[in-house]
Amino acid sequence: MKCFRVQVAPRTGLRDARGENLRRQAEALGIAGIERIAISDLYFLEGALDAADAERLAALLLGDPVVEETTVARLDAAADAAPADRRTVEVVLHPGVTDSVAESLLEGARVIGVAGLARAATGQRYEIFGRAEADALARLSTLFANPVIQSYALDSRIAPPFALSQPADDTVEIIPLTQADPAGLEAISRERRLSLDLAEMSAIQEYYRGERREPTDVELEMLAQTWSEHCVHKTFRALIDYEERTAEGRPAGPIRRIDSLLKTYIRAATERAARPWVRSAFVDNAGIIAFDEHTDLAFKVETHNHPSALEPFGGANTGVGGVVRDIIGVSARPIANTDVLCFGPADLAFEELPAGVLHPRRIADGVIAGVEDYGNKMGIPTVNGAILYDPGYTANPLVFCGCLGILPRGAHRTAAQAGDLVVVIGGRTGRDGLRGATFSSMEMTHETGHIAGSAVQIGHPIHEKQALEAVLMARDEGLYTAITDCGAGGLSSAVGEMAAELGADVDLARVPLKYSGLRPWEIWLSEAQERMVLAVPPAHWPRVQAICAGLDVEATALGAFTGDGQLRLRYGERIVGQLDARFLHHGIPRRRLRAVWEPPAAHEPDPAALPTGPGGDLTPALLALLAAPNTRSKEDVVRRYDHEVQGAGVGKPFTGAAGAGPADAAVLDLRFAAAQMVHEHPATSNLQPATVRRGVAVSAGVNPAYGALDPYAMAWAAVDEALRNCVAAGADPDQVALLDNFCWGNPLLPDRLGGLVRCAEGCYDAAVAYNAPYISGKDSLNNEYTGADGRKHAIPGTLLISALGIVPDTAHAMSMDLKAAGNRLYVLGLTADELGASAYYRLHGLLGAHAPQPPAAGLALLRALHRAIAAGLVQACHDCSEGGLAVAAAEMSLAGELGLTLDLRRIPRTPAAGRDATLAFSESLGRFLVEVRPQDAAAFEACLAGLPCAAAGEVQAAAAHGEGRCILLGLDGRPVVDAALPALDRAWRGHSA
Amino acid sequence: MSRRPPILILHATGTNRDREAAWACELAGGAAEIVHINRLIAGEVRLADYRMLILPGGFSYGDDLGAGKLWAIALRYRLAAFIAAGRPVLGICNGFQALVKAGLLPGADDGAAAAGQQGVTLARNDSARFECRWIYLEPQSASPCVFTRGLTELIYCPVAHGEGKFVAADAATLADLEARGLVALRYARPDGQPVAYPWNPNGSAGDIAGICNAAGTVLGLMPHPENHIIDEQGPRFRRGERGQLGLALFRNGVRYAAEL
Repeated sequence: MKCFRVQVAPRTGLRDARGENLRRQAEALGIAGIERIAISDLYFLEGALDAADAERLAALLLGDPVVEETTVARLDAAADAAPADRRTVEVVLHPGVTDSVAESLLEGARVIGVAGLARAATGQRYEIFGRAEADALARLSTLFANPVIQSYALDSRIAPPFALSQPADDTVEIIPLTQADPAGLEAISRERRLSLDLAEMSAIQEYYRGERREPTDVELEMLAQTWSEHCVHKTFRALIDYEERTAEGRPAGPIRRIDSLLKTYIRAATERAARPWVRSAFVDNAGIIAFDEHTDLAFKVETHNHPSALEPFGGANTGVGGVVRDIIGVSARPIANTDVLCFGPADLAFEELPAGVLHPRRIADGVIAGVEDYGNKMGIPTVNGAILYDPGYTANPLVFCGCLGILPRGAHRTAAQAGDLVVVIGGRTGRDGLRGATFSSMEMTHETGHIAGSAVQIGHPIHEKQALEAVLMARDEGLYTAITDCGAGGLSSAVGEMAAELGADVDLARVPLKYSGLRPWEIWLSEAQERMVLAVPPAHWPRVQAICAGLDVEATALGAFTGDGQLRLRYGERIVGQLDARFLHHGIPRRRLRAVWEPPAAHEPDPAALPTGPGGDLTPALLALLAAPNTRSKEDVVRRYDHEVQGAGVGKPFTGAAGAGPADAAVLDLRFAAAQMVHEHPATSNLQPATVRRGVAVSAGVNPAYGALDPYAMAWAAVDEALRNCVAAGADPDQVALLDNFCWGNPLLPDRLGGLVRCAEGCYDAAVAYNAPYISGKDSLNNEYTGADGRKHAIPGTLLISALGIVPDTAHAMSMDLKAAGNRLYVLGLTADELGASAYYRLHGLLGAHAPQPPAAGLALLRALHRAIAAGLVQACHDCSEGGLAVAAAEMSLAGELGLTLDLRRIPRTPAAGRDATLAFSESLGRFLVEVRPQDAAAFEACLAGLPCAAAGEVQAAAAHGEGRCILLGLDGRPVVDAALPALDRAWRGHSA
Repeated sequence: MSRRPPILILHATGTNRDREAAWACELAGGAAEIVHINRLIAGEVRLADYRMLILPGGFSYGDDLGAGKLWAIALRYRLAAFIAAGRPVLGICNGFQALVKAGLLPGADDGAAAAGQQGVTLARNDSARFECRWIYLEPQSASPCVFTRGLTELIYCPVAHGEGKFVAADAATLADLEARGLVALRYARPDGQPVAYPWNPNGSAGDIAGICNAAGTVLGLMPHPENHIIDEQGPRFRRGERGQLGLALFRNGVRYAAEL
């Protein structure tokens, strides 16, 4: 065996775009003195190779001869002396971490006929020129390498990360616990990191006492996974004693018993709404609604927070991959992705970073790159999202990944039969992601990165893309009776759920492995990515194999569903685990938890204390609000996501004259995708523009800031915002489905759980008020981080509401950019004195007391607005959210490159809303700013009759005030905001005034 | 020949704009079929049975060894006869990258393939990032390209790539391409002003967005004309903007294929 090292570097004199980019990132992290960073790629080739083979491999497969130089050398050749003018860092992945490039290299060698290549690995080399101090270099290394998945060598050559080949390992441990006392049971749970409490361990002990034996490691790990918070949502199903107190800590009412948050607040709202178009809610991997007479839509949003904290790229990457598999798991083709990301402040000083935590900028860069990589490579457009910054997310970022899919009605089959084969297709199984389900159900500490490195996975989107195509072909030919994805808990969870009624007999030795040496429990629990499990009737198995082979997808039958209700796991002939499926799925004792809600002692600030410009000028405040990290343009991020692939986007992320205005919601015209569902092939005659073009809008509502005052208000605001965004883009408010995603702290702490109960109550009340059903949801709890100093860092409890609305005719889809001078501007909805936790108050470091309250007009207003939109009476529509009416007006103005005047005296308001700043920046719910042509004004007003709606301004030609201005007239009739469009645009692009 | 010429959309593991290419061909009057390259290699499907070939966008084999590289290896000896027969080939984005890396674009002087000879490339964008944005394309009237023939209107469509910067090995190669009219499409501005970022989204030499072979039958381009085949897909449709469809390229290609 010989090993060669190949280095591919940009040709001298040519631009090194990657190196320049990295230097900019280093600068952004505050690392000074670096003149230039040069990046080369490293490849390690091992096998029965001679120099000519290595040269041939390098020439044909590695590097681009036009712009790159390739050098090939024996690994053991003497290295040149390290050049004195630069420092070098070489980085490789740890052995066993997914390296898709190395896999492709092996495949490429086979294609070009170099049979001797046995193993390949990849790496990068960074050459740093300039005066990099030692601690700067250490800080810089966090840009190059993450110790969770990579190792690096400073100023020396790194060794190739070939895994030591391990023999197959069929060891199965027996864990004696039937005789253990409570302390012993807790010790077993702790030592094996099972995340099970004493009641749960005792239930397991009882089961095995009845079985008169001790559990195997395979069984115990499977129980821990199946009973994990991540998989079984113990908190949302628990019995909760809930107590409300006053701000002074006195009881505010009797203690209430809540029998399951899920049942009481989420499912109850769905049942009350009783919408006939809901086809599946909270049953399948995703919620499903009817789209038209032939097709359904599936929508799911997941979180991948802890993995993204440890390895931002891999965590976000596999977060996207996971939610996409949820959609494939309901037999749907993914047609759009969404992502909502919450990070710590980008400008956080290094000194303020808790020990063991990556810098927020580093996390953000990695997460965004991870989302980009997976979505783009799978060819799924990323169409909607948000990015929020708050110090509370520094140690525990939030990564919400959503996916929307389309499927023919009736194509998703969910009834495996006894005798059907258990078939796994897609990626191979490795040691990656072991115990991810239990890991995500724990709090993190500064040591988590070291211990749980294996919980992090790196994705392989091309495997998933091909598995998707294979599944859809098998779906259309009716070749499977049930399907699910391998997510948290791996095969254990997927097969366990599919076999919950029937039972199954599975041989773990048949599972295709990435490398040998995995023990049976590791094979069963591995969370290796890109795998789907299908129940395939034996008669269809040859056809499934043929489809998979034709698409480069591996497919393996592991065993069969049996019908005896037993889950029997073998390794070859030997039985390594056997569990009663009933106990596995129903044996978990129910949790009883205590929750206390105590509102914060909050007060409104003295308005006189809020700074303004001369004469009460609010222009500086508006510019600062537009430039605030949460508000300003995210174009630099969003353009990295392919939002055009699949060609359905008629409402784009950016809209307007220059394509820079922030859209309220994505609108997809599904005529091509839906036509393909009806006809077997893309060759369809049904592609000509139809007269009615049904579409769909996707939006989100999230505002964690209100949670500091009251999580109930936060929930209302999130539901209201998601609906507003959807309806503003053209969706019918009577055809909007909601998804709930809670990210919260440790639910065993009564104050955290108290806030969660308040939040769930808000979810219920808001959904019922709008008659909107929840169709899917997820909770991610234990988002807390304990630093080396023992201090706990909990995230701000965060609720994301995603909305999926039907746009009856995309000809009337709406955009938010102003269209023409002379049009009227209407303000819909009441503005109240509700600046509590607003962006305006936060700008001044204040919280206030009055968070936005439920809007009185609610659904009636949404319906009236939709009638006006559907009648073609509206030119542009934008919802008022962060930054209030003033920010909404500024965004419409700069998107349309047109000025406007808006008279705050004329907007519908409550008596208490009596100050200019309140009217401009209050974040009251249920409000829109709408552009209407003068000739449509009477008809528009008739639609809105009896509702809070007033003509309050006019669109101005860009030239009317010289260069186009956004002017808000205050209560005394004089301008309180007067900003030129270029100034607004600069602020909105992040350049503070 | 049938009035709807059969068009092969070649799906390689990891390509992902196959269906949009098929829809564009259908709207342009062709009969499109998406086929995995494995079936072509296995001989289940014959290239000769099709009048036109499209290599769609995506990330063939993950672009793991460079954009389009492994696909190029699979293609380099397989397309020669098809190209020599004068049947049109359109490579979009990843398909363009594969054609270039296979030596099929710009190809040899006589219009034949020059497998293994790579004189130009599509390098990393100057921004070092994947970018998705709408750009204008100006068809070059001096080009022999059958896809752009007679087109005078600008085409408006998105780019979505990280490696689309057109680079020639040296100045002579670039001058030769220009002299022979092989530049078929350039990035442009509707107001006719000089083109810079973001109009030229990746730093391409000479604002080159697409090139063809000497015969004009093989066209490769980085942008995605298949994503603007109906007016509603345009980003300013709500502002009343119409036309400048990428469909024009497909119409030309399908018409040419039908007349073969």
